[in-house]
Amino acid sequence: MKIYTYDNSFEGLLTAVFECYRRKDFPVDICARNVQSRHLFLENVDIQTDPQKAERVWNGVQAKMSDANKQLLFYAFLSEEQGIEMKIYRFLRRLFSGYMNLETDYGDLDVMALTQSSQKVKKEAMRIMQFVRFQRAKDGMFFCGIEPKFDVLPLVVTHYQKRFADQRWLIYDLQRNYGVYYDKNKVEEVEISKKQFNAFNGQVKQALLDEGEDFYQKLWCSYFKHINIEERKNLRLQLQHMPRRFWKYLPEKQAGA
Amino acid sequence: MDEKIQKKLAILSDAAKYDVSCASSGSTRKNTGNGIGNGVAAGICHSFTDDGRCISLFKILMTNHCMYDCAYCVNRRTNDRPRATLSPQEIVDLTIGFYRRNYIEGLFLSSGVIKNPDFTMERMVLTAKKLRAEENFYGYIHLKAIPGASPELIEEAGIWADRLSVNMEIPTEPNLKKLAPEKNYPDIISPMTQIRNSILISKEERRKFRSAKQFAPAGQSTQLIVGATPETDREIILLSSGLYQNQNLKRVYFSGYLPVNDYDKRLPAISRPPLVRENRLYQSDWLMRFYHFKAEEILTEDHPFLDLDVDPKLGYALRNMHLFPVDINKADYEMILRVPGIGVLSAQKIIMARRHRRLTTLTLKELGVVLKRARYFITCNELAAKFSDWDPVRLKRQLVINTHSKYRKSPDTQLELFADFKPVLPTLH
Repeated sequence: MKIYTYDNSFEGLLTAVFECYRRKDFPVDICARNVQSRHLFLENVDIQTDPQKAERVWNGVQAKMSDANKQLLFYAFLSEEQGIEMKIYRFLRRLFSGYMNLETDYGDLDVMALTQSSQKVKKEAMRIMQFVRFQRAKDGMFFCGIEPKFDVLPLVVTHYQKRFADQRWLIYDLQRNYGVYYDKNKVEEVEISKKQFNAFNGQVKQALLDEGEDFYQKLWCSYFKHINIEERKNLRLQLQHMPRRFWKYLPEKQAGA
Repeated sequence: MDEKIQKKLAILSDAAKYDVSCASSGSTRKNTGNGIGNGVAAGICHSFTDDGRCISLFKILMTNHCMYDCAYCVNRRTNDRPRATLSPQEIVDLTIGFYRRNYIEGLFLSSGVIKNPDFTMERMVLTAKKLRAEENFYGYIHLKAIPGASPELIEEAGIWADRLSVNMEIPTEPNLKKLAPEKNYPDIISPMTQIRNSILISKEERRKFRSAKQFAPAGQSTQLIVGATPETDREIILLSSGLYQNQNLKRVYFSGYLPVNDYDKRLPAISRPPLVRENRLYQSDWLMRFYHFKAEEILTEDHPFLDLDVDPKLGYALRNMHLFPVDINKADYEMILRVPGIGVLSAQKIIMARRHRRLTTLTLKELGVVLKRARYFITCNELAAKFSDWDPVRLKRQLVINTHSKYRKSPDTQLELFADFKPVLPTLH
């Protein structure tokens, strides 16, 4: 009876899976090192992340999954749900034992749970595509600070890179304190130490904003107000599509608008 | 200058809000690397107004001056309203400004008709051309084709735009004549047919040469006003089904009639827009487009209106109780799709999942099936519930009570006093 601990990265989890196979072991639980253990009196095996081992496991997964589901496990992992590690582990056991089309076996509770978790992460990524609002700074850079529920910035980078190929932009994750910066050539991860923006709602300091920015925000708010049909008012429907936690980043939802 | 634009924007967006279409889906136009924007096949909604409708495209009229006097339209010639016109360059600047800030997916340009249809259409095409050619814009553009515009202009519009639409507004010709005497059906149908043909030709050519020009890659759509004229739901559904089949439309939108010109006696006096009826029509539309239903199956000749209490799929099931219960573990896809409470995604998942093991109600629940409705119409691994011999009327009552939401508003169409009333004697004519 053992529990495996790892460093809470996806690579770490894949290494742990690799180690399970190497040691011919089936742990009771796999959990992150810094998480309070849920078990008493169990032997603890700490796994050091090894990119090579992780890659071997990942390649094995890629070879066995269908095209549409190649990222299923990674997305499910991003959901940060408690106990997701064992679900992934049991899934991998069945996958590597030669089971075909495992990802469509929705009758199995693990497969179902993984599908649902990955769906949740994908939905959050979609929301980031919807509700990012750039503010133009004086130097021509477009900035947006936002706080996704899961760590989904890496999933939306290609979308923004393709879309805004001719402008410099920076999307900053306010909670996880890192951002993605695009300089018309390549994308890189950045961390800002001296913040020139409000860490709560990502609002850039007025002095740094482009002169036209205020005008466009005003136009947008006025458009938002006038395109609404008063007779059809349905606030519940609005809330359902646009959760309240995003409102603080949206100019059209500010009190003054 | 800035203030002037702001005023114009307020007037013209206010005038554009009655166009329902806001889809930005169906286009995969790619950014070549030096421009701005791209198409996303699924479409993205960037905001939602207080009425719960999405803002995906920057929806605006080029002008709300109009030479026509259509009874149902807020911008009719005889209405005393503030009027404004945006120049093509102003629309381009606004679109790009909004797009760069990720407020929108693209532009939806419509217009009142000034001078003549060709003059109006030409300016709209010019706007789209400016966006594509001068600003290197690869985002979504939806252009309204003005009825009566020359074929050459519509041909050019299709080259710059992702989607074209010609609004039918009134479902039958006599009623159109009554409400909009200056318009006629051939002027609406002929651009529609032209767009259909051009799309088909362009698709065929692109099959042979990858570099062939795309023509409206996201297809064409139209809009019907519901509740302004006395057409039955059956007529509307048959019409839209015909449009899907004959004109290859991507979407038919329904717009619940809003009493914008309540002084006009040709229009019905209603206090609220028929939102539930509109919703039921959309549900029927979905049944035709995604659930393999035929228009004739949704409404029969003796039931020309949709039931406002239950959705059309449930209505179909209640009329055809002999088809149920359906065995989830054996029935084919088509039949599973017809079970109330099972959507397209759940049906597909059921088909995939049952190859691995027999499915139980628990699995169905996890898959997203609404068992509250579905359980009366299915059998699965467990012992079957004895619902199949229920009288449809009793079953309907049970389902309506079960799904009654405390948020439900009172019905917005007139109640019928004699819903089940059948005259004893045949009616005299």
